[in-house]
Formats: sequence, structure tokens, C-alpha cells
Amino acid sequence: MRHKPPVDLSAQPKKLIERVERRLFLKRGLSLGALALLSGCEMTEDETVQRVLRSISEWNDGAQALLFSPTKLAPEYPESAITRPFPFNAYYGEDEVREVDGNAFRLELAGMIRDKKPWTLPELYALPQTSQVTRHICVEGWSAIGKWGGVRFSTFLERIGADTTAKYVGFKCADDYYTSIDMPTALHPQTLLTFTFADQLLPPQYGFPMKLRMPTKLGYKNPKHIMAIYVTNIFPSGYWEDQEGYKWFGGS
Amino acid sequence: MAQAGRYTGAGWVEVHPRLVRITHWVNVLCIVIMVMSGWRIYDASPLFNFEFPKSITMGAGLAGALLWHFAAMWLLAANALVYLCYGIASGHFRRKLFPVTPRAVMRDVLGALRGRLAHQDLSVYNAAQRAAYLAIIACIIVLIASGLSIWKPVQLQELTAFFGGYEAARRVHFFAMALLVFIVMVHVFMVAIVPRTFATMISGRARRFE
Repeated sequence: MRHKPPVDLSAQPKKLIERVERRLFLKRGLSLGALALLSGCEMTEDETVQRVLRSISEWNDGAQALLFSPTKLAPEYPESAITRPFPFNAYYGEDEVREVDGNAFRLELAGMIRDKKPWTLPELYALPQTSQVTRHICVEGWSAIGKWGGVRFSTFLERIGADTTAKYVGFKCADDYYTSIDMPTALHPQTLLTFTFADQLLPPQYGFPMKLRMPTKLGYKNPKHIMAIYVTNIFPSGYWEDQEGYKWFGGS
Repeated sequence: MAQAGRYTGAGWVEVHPRLVRITHWVNVLCIVIMVMSGWRIYDASPLFNFEFPKSITMGAGLAGALLWHFAAMWLLAANALVYLCYGIASGHFRRKLFPVTPRAVMRDVLGALRGRLAHQDLSVYNAAQRAAYLAIIACIIVLIASGLSIWKPVQLQELTAFFGGYEAARRVHFFAMALLVFIVMVHVFMVAIVPRTFATMISGRARRFE
């Protein structure tokens, strides 16, 4: 018998571990394949797949911003085309609509704004008013035509000395909703800070005391019950974007 | 008439050029994703008095389905563009899909229904096939155009107006999908009857028809 060279004992467990690891790897690989076969759904919920989808979604937001024209106007309709009753929509039921006290209300301003003095409703109503009859399009697919009246948002931003070179305008709402938009959309001529619906004071279910109306964006981007407006370069995201993963740009 | 397929030696002819095969399978992937995620999006706000069972839809909720739909649309459109440019520039459409007359289509559709449709030479499409493949191309063009109208009814409002407005474009999008799904089901059924066509769409070759 040949003399055995001294065995490096530390190599033994290493080999063993490798073998076990290999077996585990094969086992896992098999179960992964089985899982994929079991149901396409489970594979599509895979973390990597979702990551890829989300990055394509971000790219889509960029494509949407490129497609957005600051001068192209959304079609307007005759008043006879208004949908009645106009559908109520929120992340809660109609019986949970927040009531805001108009007398005590002050619109708060923050961020890159020169004059942050809070605004009362009579002060806002005294700004030059305009109206539009446009189509509200929900991300779910349905649409409804409504008439909103208020001040052009670009006029308001100018009045408060907002830095319009900033990237975002953010909104905080009385119903704990929040969202934000890009500056080019904020300055679009049809983007209105509205106080009326169908020529009546905005009812609570449509967003009293005010709703930002943008016919160039999907419904969920149009905040109701606005309590505070801020201008920022830090991405503020939005309620449905954070809850469900809807696209942030949400342009029409 | 001369053989439409290119001779590849040893009794084989090339029936489907490589580019047609690649775009065909990429299209299959895209259509499956677009249709299944589209059904989930439909369910969020059904146009008609029915919903698609969640088990045959794709995407976790509306947001998940939208992620799939808006990701696959780029591949679908790019693939369609490559296929159309190739089909027109190479003469592939002219050679294989035309001429197609209503009379010939009727004859071959009736023949197929009676189970008497000759499809020996895989390199030549009969009139029923030509009509079906042209209809699939038309459906996909209408689906892309009506889809863009729904996605961008303000920025692309001229296109939306062409379909009769936003709500009409939604319905056009739905019915073009329904027609496409129907034709694809017939197509898959026909492939099941003549299984060697399946292998041909992968290898591109078929035994020469003497």
C-alpha cells in the first residue's frame, strides 16, 4: 500500500458542502421550473420580471413627457354633452366624503414659492375665472364629460411667484390623498384650479373647496379637496402611484 | 406556376424566410401578453355586460395589467413595423398574400368547412389563408392605431377623432381584439389539423411538393 499523503481535512467539508449545494441548486431549479409550468401567473409575479416592468414603466413616463405638447389643447364639448349625473370617484365610498369648512379654510403654500401667504376662498374666487367642458378619462377606461370653472393654474403660479423652472408641483388633500405633476402640465392653458362644477360651487363629492382640473391627464392625477400646494425639485410621487403602481405621468 | 418557395436542396424548399419566422413568434408572445393583460384592463371598467375570468387574464390588478400592456406594446409595434417593411420591400406580401379575390376566398373557405381544402404545397397559401393572414395584419394595425387613440386622446386627438372619439375608439379596440382572437383560434385549429405546418414555422423548410 502506498503511503497516503497527509489529507487536508478542511477540504473534505468544503467538497461536501459543494455537493450539497449542487444538489440544492438542482432541486431549486427543478421546483422553479415546476412553478413556472404550474401557472404563468406565478412566474409573472416574479421579482425580476416586476423590476423589468417597472423600469419600462419609468421609460414610458419619459416617453409620455416627450409626447406632451404644452400648446396642444384637449377637445372641448358643448354643455349638452355633459354627463349627468357625473360619476363620483375616490379611493373611498361616497358616504365617506370629507367635508371642509370653507370659512376656516386657508390654502397653504410651500416650497419654491416667493409669496407663501395662505389664501382664503374669497381671495381665490377674486382671481380671473374661466371654465371648460372637457372629458375626464379614468385609468380604468371609462370617461365622463364635465364642466369645471376656476382660475388658470399658470395665472395662480405666477401670482404667488412660483419658481416655474422647478420640476414638480405637489398637492396635499383633505382626504389624505396626495399627488404631483410635472411643471409643463402645470403651465398648460387648460390646467385650472377649479372652484365650480356645472356652474355651481364645487360640491363636496367633486372636491370642495377646490380641484385641480387637467384634461391632459388621467382622473387620478386631478386632486380634489386641495389643502396645500408646493413647488419642488424632489420627486413627490402620488397616492395611487405608491399604493398600486400606476404611472406617475398619467398623461392623455 | 413556379414554386413560390426557394429550393434548399435534397427535396426541401424554404417556405418561410427567417425574418418571417422570427417576427411570427415574437408576435405570438406579444399578442398573448397584449390580449391577456387587455382582458384584465377591460375588467376594470367593462364595456359590455360580462367580465373575463381573472384566471385567464394577466397582471396583478389593473396597475399590473397596465404595466404588461404598456411594456409589450412597444415590442408589438416594433415587430409589426419590421414585418411590414420586410413584407413590402422584399415582395413577400406580393408573392404570398396576393392576389386574393373574394370569389377565391369564398371557394376556399367553403372547401375548408367541408374538409376538402388542399394544402399539400406549404409554400403556397390558398385564398382562405391569404384572407386570414391579411385580416390578422389589418386587425393588428387597427389595434395599434385605436390603442394609441385611447392612450393619448389629447396628444393624438386627430387619430382619436378618426375613430369617432375616445369612447368609440375603445369599442373599435375591443372588436378588433375579438376578431383577432377569433382568427387566431381558427389559425391554431388549422395548424392542429395539418401539424407539419407548425414545424415549418420553426425550421422554415418543408418537403418539396412534386
